[in-house]
Amino acid sequence: MRLTPKTISAAIGGGLTIALVLAAGWVWVLEPRMNRSVADALGRGDYTLVATDGTTFTEDTLNGAPSAVFFGFTHCPEVCPTTLGDVAGWQDALAEDGEELRVFFVTVDPERDTEKVLGDYVSWVPGVVGVTGSRDEIDKAIRSFRVYAQKVPIEGGGYTMDHSAFVLLFDADGRLDEPISYGEDPARAMAKIRDLFG
Amino acid sequence: MFRPSIPALVLATLAFAAQAQTAETNTAPMPAVTEIGALEISAPFARATLPNQPVAGGFMTITNTGDADDTLVGVSSDAAGRSEVHEMAMEGDVMRMRELADGLPIPAGQTVTLAPGGYHVMFMDLAGPLEEGDGVDLTLSFEHAGEVSMTMPVLGRAATAAANGS
Repeated sequence: MRLTPKTISAAIGGGLTIALVLAAGWVWVLEPRMNRSVADALGRGDYTLVATDGTTFTEDTLNGAPSAVFFGFTHCPEVCPTTLGDVAGWQDALAEDGEELRVFFVTVDPERDTEKVLGDYVSWVPGVVGVTGSRDEIDKAIRSFRVYAQKVPIEGGGYTMDHSAFVLLFDADGRLDEPISYGEDPARAMAKIRDLFG
Repeated sequence: MFRPSIPALVLATLAFAAQAQTAETNTAPMPAVTEIGALEISAPFARATLPNQPVAGGFMTITNTGDADDTLVGVSSDAAGRSEVHEMAMEGDVMRMRELADGLPIPAGQTVTLAPGGYHVMFMDLAGPLEEGDGVDLTLSFEHAGEVSMTMPVLGRAATAAANGS
């Protein structure tokens, strides 16, 4: 084929068309599918845990009403009490609209956080249920929610836990909506939560 | 428009501080500043614990007015089975906790703050719950200045600093 202005412009046009089709495929098909799979998959798994209200906590628990999931432990000097304090504030604000968020405080330290210990620990915040279980089942949940939890030995004996400190928000269909970071601006956190009830 | 002058602001702040001091003295009598050698320890507080919370954080400000470095090497308290100086740090969304095996340096001429989100005294194996209005007696050990005892007021669960406690 001879390179004439006509064939060159045709080639450029063809190239542009292919690029456009690929871009459109990425924007409208592949990228949403990847996002959807993350939002759909997060929290999904075959863990079976014990909730402190006497129910069983599985992936199906997330369905039916908006919920928040936080991973923590009772031997936690700051992040966990502060987060529960934040949750109490959110519930106060939601109560004005007659709403209540289901909040699951899942322990990353099931060896020490028994049902009894955890139940009392969360008892003072409305709508909060503690979740514990065997080490294996908790580990399954940690993987399913893609959180980080690591035991850190303390020199004088015992251990503490490093862990993800965000609150994961799920919509009424059990799909991940978005996380609230530790120490996030209260107004922004509240806007994210109200979004779930929209 | 009312524009407060700097001296007025200073006076107002002092008046407020004095008032806060009086209020605090009524419940937990203790000096505003505890001194040991060249070190000044101020604004100590702990947060009230949640039900079954077996650990607690203690906070304070330590100023080294001298010209030699010092190190906070130990803490002891009857309120807890073990008391250590730890550092909390957020790495992205992950909270990491570290003990300071070599103690917490208090460099000459500098102020080191133990505050929520950073350095803190970690009280472990608490003898009982810390309730708002209580005081925790503790002894700090410094490498050079030696030991000093003080009472740390227990403020509300969400207290972020001694001045705006409860």
